Amino acid sequence: MEIVRSPRQVAAAGAGGLPIYKTAPQLEVRLEEFELFAIDRLRVLKGISDGLSRGKRPEEMEKLASELWKTHMRHQDPAETLNKDIISHFVLRLVYCRTEELRKWFLSMETTLFRYRFRLESLESQRMLMTEFQLPYKALPHSEFEAVKDKLSQVARSIGQSTNVEHVFFKVPFEEVPDLVASRRVFLSKGYAYVAMSQLVSLVVTQFRCNISKALALTNRKWTAIIKEQEKDRLTPPKDAVDISLKDIDQLAKSSFPLCMRHMLDKLRENHHLKHGGRMQFGLFLKGAGLKFEDALAFWRVEFSQKIGPERFDKEYAYTIRHNYGKEGKRTDYTPYSCQKIISATPGVGDHHGCPFRHFGEENLRAALNKMGVGGHALEEIMDKVKNRHYQVLYFIAIGLTKQYDIPELTGLCGIMKYTASLHINL
Amino acid sequence: MGRDDEPVDSMDIDGQKQQQLEALTAVQRGSALTISESTMCSGKLFPYGDFFKWLCYGNDGKHPGCDQSYVGRREFSLTLENDIYLCFQSFDNATELESSIKEKCPFKIDIGPVYSVDPSKHHAYAQSGNNVFVPVERELIFDIDISDYDDVRYCCSGADVCLDCWLLMTIAIKILDTSLRDDFGFNHILWVYSGSRGVHCWVCDSRARKLSNEQRAAIADYFRVYKGGENALKKVSLAGPVLHPFLARSYTDVLRSFFNDKLLLNQQLFASEERCQKILDLIPDKNVASELHGKWQGNRRSSLSKEDVNATRWDQLKTTLQSGKHKTQGLRRCVEEIVFSYTYPRLDMEVSKHMNHLLKAPFCIHPKTGRVCGPIDPNNCDDFDPAAVPTLSQEELESAYNAKLQQSKNSLNS
Repeated sequence: MEIVRSPRQVAAAGAGGLPIYKTAPQLEVRLEEFELFAIDRLRVLKGISDGLSRGKRPEEMEKLASELWKTHMRHQDPAETLNKDIISHFVLRLVYCRTEELRKWFLSMETTLFRYRFRLESLESQRMLMTEFQLPYKALPHSEFEAVKDKLSQVARSIGQSTNVEHVFFKVPFEEVPDLVASRRVFLSKGYAYVAMSQLVSLVVTQFRCNISKALALTNRKWTAIIKEQEKDRLTPPKDAVDISLKDIDQLAKSSFPLCMRHMLDKLRENHHLKHGGRMQFGLFLKGAGLKFEDALAFWRVEFSQKIGPERFDKEYAYTIRHNYGKEGKRTDYTPYSCQKIISATPGVGDHHGCPFRHFGEENLRAALNKMGVGGHALEEIMDKVKNRHYQVLYFIAIGLTKQYDIPELTGLCGIMKYTASLHINL
Repeated sequence: MGRDDEPVDSMDIDGQKQQQLEALTAVQRGSALTISESTMCSGKLFPYGDFFKWLCYGNDGKHPGCDQSYVGRREFSLTLENDIYLCFQSFDNATELESSIKEKCPFKIDIGPVYSVDPSKHHAYAQSGNNVFVPVERELIFDIDISDYDDVRYCCSGADVCLDCWLLMTIAIKILDTSLRDDFGFNHILWVYSGSRGVHCWVCDSRARKLSNEQRAAIADYFRVYKGGENALKKVSLAGPVLHPFLARSYTDVLRSFFNDKLLLNQQLFASEERCQKILDLIPDKNVASELHGKWQGNRRSSLSKEDVNATRWDQLKTTLQSGKHKTQGLRRCVEEIVFSYTYPRLDMEVSKHMNHLLKAPFCIHPKTGRVCGPIDPNNCDDFDPAAVPTLSQEELESAYNAKLQQSKNSLNS
């Protein structure tokens, strides 16, 4: 997706006012809108998800979808609504393209949303949308219609509809409407299904779903390619600080460590102890930063000895460090945890690991950020973002954004800031 | 929606295929006399050449636009002695197939789909995980097994079959064949006797071969009426004021007459208390059911012969249900539901839904019955008699097989 800083343009409307999200728009997007829009759309999708799992009937779902849309997405100015609609969809694609589970959920909810919005569109709008989906089905000419009229009427009655309501039918290869065939809701003849206008939703939705599915897979591939590059030096200090030694740690912590690691160092210095989660997260980070094994052993011994003495350290804690460096057990050369793994940690009582933006309470986060020298406007904006979302915030890798877009408020945080969608933290 | 990688007009290829099917059938009939002298192992019977020509669908290198790799991407599976399965076998031509069969002496050959790459090399692709090894073409297939009808036939059960219950297969062939042609527009349909107790259907049109799993499932669901399950008493439910044209046609053209004229008597559907109760259980109105039950209790002592009992009771039932006297919901379609329950085709859904499902190759010999799995002409399927199918005697089968096995052992030891 390209977010280009150009004068704000009104997004091109889909023919019928329902966008089909074929291409990412060329629009200026403010960071707040980026998230705000996406979160509002997420509220709609989540509402639909809840409705489906409660087993609501189609009529109820239609009403629900409409209400959710009105509450969260509608703007007075229809052009603004359309903008929000399109932007939010594409932002969520970035979020939800990452794993199979996420893609499945997103696809399912977007398709459902589209289905009910389509049903509520005017006939004219629906017809135009069909064309957009390149469904080249022409309405049945009158003569053909007359020939099969009785059969069509029979099918309608067999599914509990009153006859003579539909006059517009489309002749469609049966392969294109599997769900209508499966439920015997269409008349079939010589490989063609005779689809009523009202049933066209099925056709259009199938096509919509197909398009979005492909787009998600593509987005994921692109994303992986870009991020792989950037994730490489995510949690390790820049290359010129390679092979840090003991004496460098405190200095580097101030200038280059991410908030989570800096916090754990502080707590380690303070308590001369870190629980297992912290030892793993921080220990592997130091290893990734180039701290040699002997130095690491010395580092941890110096701190822990002040609380429990060197003998106990050697007996109970040294093993883990050796293990991390591949000197014990199956001798795996462990690598530092990714942000995703850190975010999805579940720190308990007495733990200091995890991600501060996710796991800290407001006071603690504020204090931690203060200590790092983040204050004033930048601090308030960050706290605002974290607070208002109640953890229902987006996950995107800001370092990508900061590098690309040079957003001054964010660069003050060692270049890293993450938001998380707690809805899907386990996926 | 399938790929279209056949620049040649696919009708030409399918036209050839029709001829090949006919050729195979001719071989079959012509070989009837030589069957007693041959076994599958010795290869005298099995029509390798024509069989391969069929599966080529014209991609035999003889005209432009054909795909040379096509045949080599078809999966075969051989079942050997001691339940050893050799899956993901592939052959580039009929000769390879023939020598492999002669060497391995399989009990059974199954045909799978045409994959995107040579199936015998699938291990190399399994690691890449990018959907590189996937089925790309496969005939639309159906498998109907008489043992799925055990709850509605009293003459036989399990693997046994006789002319009386074979009628159920005849019904299935008629209904499906008609629908596949008239509703779905398919033309190249091969019906094959499975060798013991059922029939297989191979729909070979290019359009059919390219169907996705979802589309196959849709067709199977279109055909599905009987929703079995041990705990459901009533497994056929025909809702709605009228039947869908397909079901209506099936009922009017086939099911009703077969039920009334043949099955009613053959199976003696009302001849005992238990059998009557089974039918009464399908009536949603318990009052009506017990009213009929009462009537029949009374008639038990009459001097009517057994034959009359079935027809009489069926008439009484129909009259009662269709009289309009009882306004219970669901009573309207009850007569049809009973007929459907006892006659309508019961497909094995899983066989049809998945492209990678293996199915026994036509023209094999069934390992247990010795019967040839030969074609059935849907236009004359009323005349098919499973007991009259060409067969090898058990003796001939065993001796020929043992001879072959000995031969293999000798060559291994030398």
